[in-house]
Amino acid sequence: MHAMLDISTLHYLVLGAALFLLGVIGVLTRRNVVIVLMSIELILNAVNLNLVAFSRYWQSVHGGLSALQGQVFAIFIITDAAAEAAIGLGILIAFFRNKETVNVDEVDLLKW
Amino acid sequence: MIFLDNIWLIPLLPAFGAAIMFFFGRKLTKQSVNMVCVGVVVLAFLFACGAAMQYNTWAAANDHKPFERIVYTWLGSDTGQANYALRDGSPGVFHVDAGFLLDPLSTIWLLFVTGVGMLIHIYSTGYMAHEGGYYRFFGYLNLFMFSMLTLILANNYVLMFVGWEGVGLCSYLLIGFYFQRKSASDAANKAFITNRIGDAGFLLGMFFIAWYFGTLRYIDVNRIAHSGHFLKGDPILTAATLLLFVGACGKSAQLPLYVWLPDAMEGPTPVSALIHAATMVTAGVYMVARSNALFVLAPTSMMVVAIVGALTAIFAASIGLVQNDIKRVLAYSTVSQLGYMFLALGVGAFSAGVFHVFTHAFFKALLFLGAGSVIHAMSGEQDMRNMGALAQKIPTTYRTMFIATLAIAGIPPFAGFFSKDEILWQTWTSEGGAYRILWGIGYITALMTAFYMFRLIYLTFYSKPRMSHEVEHHIHESPASMTGPLVVLAVMSLFAGFLGWPHSLGGSDRFARYLDPVFARGEAQVLVGEGKASQLAAGEKEEEHTSPTEILLMFLSVGAAGAGWWLAKRSYVNAEKGYVEPIDAAAPAVYSTLLNKYYVDEGYDYVFTGRRKIGNARLGVMGLGEASSWFDSHVIDGLVNFAGWMTRLAGKISSWWDKWIIDGAAVNGVAYATLPFSWLARLLEWGLVQWYALVMTAGLVGFVFYYVYH
Repeated sequence: MHAMLDISTLHYLVLGAALFLLGVIGVLTRRNVVIVLMSIELILNAVNLNLVAFSRYWQSVHGGLSALQGQVFAIFIITDAAAEAAIGLGILIAFFRNKETVNVDEVDLLKW
Repeated sequence: MIFLDNIWLIPLLPAFGAAIMFFFGRKLTKQSVNMVCVGVVVLAFLFACGAAMQYNTWAAANDHKPFERIVYTWLGSDTGQANYALRDGSPGVFHVDAGFLLDPLSTIWLLFVTGVGMLIHIYSTGYMAHEGGYYRFFGYLNLFMFSMLTLILANNYVLMFVGWEGVGLCSYLLIGFYFQRKSASDAANKAFITNRIGDAGFLLGMFFIAWYFGTLRYIDVNRIAHSGHFLKGDPILTAATLLLFVGACGKSAQLPLYVWLPDAMEGPTPVSALIHAATMVTAGVYMVARSNALFVLAPTSMMVVAIVGALTAIFAASIGLVQNDIKRVLAYSTVSQLGYMFLALGVGAFSAGVFHVFTHAFFKALLFLGAGSVIHAMSGEQDMRNMGALAQKIPTTYRTMFIATLAIAGIPPFAGFFSKDEILWQTWTSEGGAYRILWGIGYITALMTAFYMFRLIYLTFYSKPRMSHEVEHHIHESPASMTGPLVVLAVMSLFAGFLGWPHSLGGSDRFARYLDPVFARGEAQVLVGEGKASQLAAGEKEEEHTSPTEILLMFLSVGAAGAGWWLAKRSYVNAEKGYVEPIDAAAPAVYSTLLNKYYVDEGYDYVFTGRRKIGNARLGVMGLGEASSWFDSHVIDGLVNFAGWMTRLAGKISSWWDKWIIDGAAVNGVAYATLPFSWLARLLEWGLVQWYALVMTAGLVGFVFYYVYH
């Protein structure tokens, strides 16, 4: 097996970017509010992946010294994501109570 | 010289009478009116006689000059400053006095106007005794005397024109005396308007004279005219004299302005006698005679005067042949005799014309007053078809009228014979074949005159009675106040002719001699123009010879008169009720044309007055009125309506503009223009969360790219 891909940092970054892009697209285009929230989670997790990848890279570059900042920050973000998900679901419930729908398109009360 | 110096009193006396009537007449009794009005005219006549006598003595001592008495300066410059430019460019001073002139011509007129006027005033006291408006009548008569005397005695054309207009006014007032009758007021209007047309001519003639001579005073005009300053045949003089003659045609009822005189018979008979026989209608003759110095310088005008006079004479006589109203016959007779007078003036026989005026005044006034007496006797009947056999019943009237008829027909030795014969003789001896034709016209007219006058006599006084029994019972002779003047006038008609006994019959022709200072130079000029200068130099004139031709013509004219008398007697002496007119029997078409006066009045109605329409068009004065009215209602009002329509159109355009352009483009347009901007602005507030998120993301990506690639 001579062309075996070395899984480098780049691969992680690309994956992170792809997940990020998918998340953004989901936020922008999906009609269901729940899916939008899920897409937001996806964005956050993609960012987490990015952070961890860079933390491992720094370690590999600087010879064994570990830089745990990235990984710690990723845990912060996970916590943050969880809180945000709770808030988000609360908004969703309020959203549903006001307008019997979970369609984002249909809540355009703040328009001209 | 008391009468001469106070000659201005002569016109003023009747004016005073008229003024009294104007202010107090309503409250006066008929006797007082008589005393005042007739009294002033009698006084005027006596005064006139005195003035005439004093003039004769004065003139004999003063080279037969005219006597002039200027009372005050009336118009124009007092200082002699020039105030207008004459035709030849020299400066002229316009100066008109209130002045009075007495010379043989005005003396003759003065005497017969006041004399006949006095007689007619006396007659009117009887004639109008039972009429209403007595004081008004006499007031107008006195006003007329004042105007006529002013006309005669004036020393210049302008004051004469004042009198001229005054007599026209009085004619209107007196013709329309019974103004409640429409025919009378129409006749009065007709007289005044026709006169006015003549007056326009008179005024223009006067203006020409003022422009040409620089003066309007007779003495000055005659002096300049006789001085040879102007040549014979001068076009301005011809124009001026023709225009003056137009004025004379209007006043003296010649063709084509005679139409008012027959209608003027609507007035009371004394009015017809005074104004339309003896005095007013002679004013035109007087004016032409007064201007003889101008006329002899314009042979064309003289020819026109003669031709118009002759044609008028025969025209009017032919109409008079068949008229049934006694006054109409006399009216046409007056027009015809006036034609003779103008014929005389036109051939240069001025004194003959004046002589005819003089004799005519007496017998025509007599005829009219007699007709008035007949009408009075017939209880107002004027149609001769209903008269007859009055001779025994009203003898004085009959005898005096018969004398007047003999006079007018030209039977010697009555007055008319001498004057008419003189005119015919002067016409015959004028140079030029055309004058023989005029003589022929005059000759035929004399025959006709005799015929219709004797027709009048036979139908009225002879023949069988054709009136109703009631009227017949009331026939009575008129009172002395009426018959007295008739007798006096008859005496004058008998003897007045002797004043002009011609030389050819051995007389001295005193009348013409008396008028020599006025006419001698004029008549001499006419003779010179006719190439008889040698005769003139020898101090002879035609009538001094007893020429056999003259005697022959005299016999011919007596023959014509006799023939007319005989024809009338044959046809009318035994006329019964429903008698046939000989002309009607011989030529009914001619008869009806003559009876309808050649349809001249109808013709004038078509052409000049516009009272009758030609088809759909109306000509003349009323046509002008109709045309003006059409113009006003169609063109003027059309313009006004158009202006209104234009205003409404402007309003419509304005409202369209406001609605579509102002409101649409300006106001609403601005709104629509801002609309696109709103579309952009809306995107900011769409309300769609995902859209907001997309915009945020796009912005973020933009920033990232910006920082990465810089």
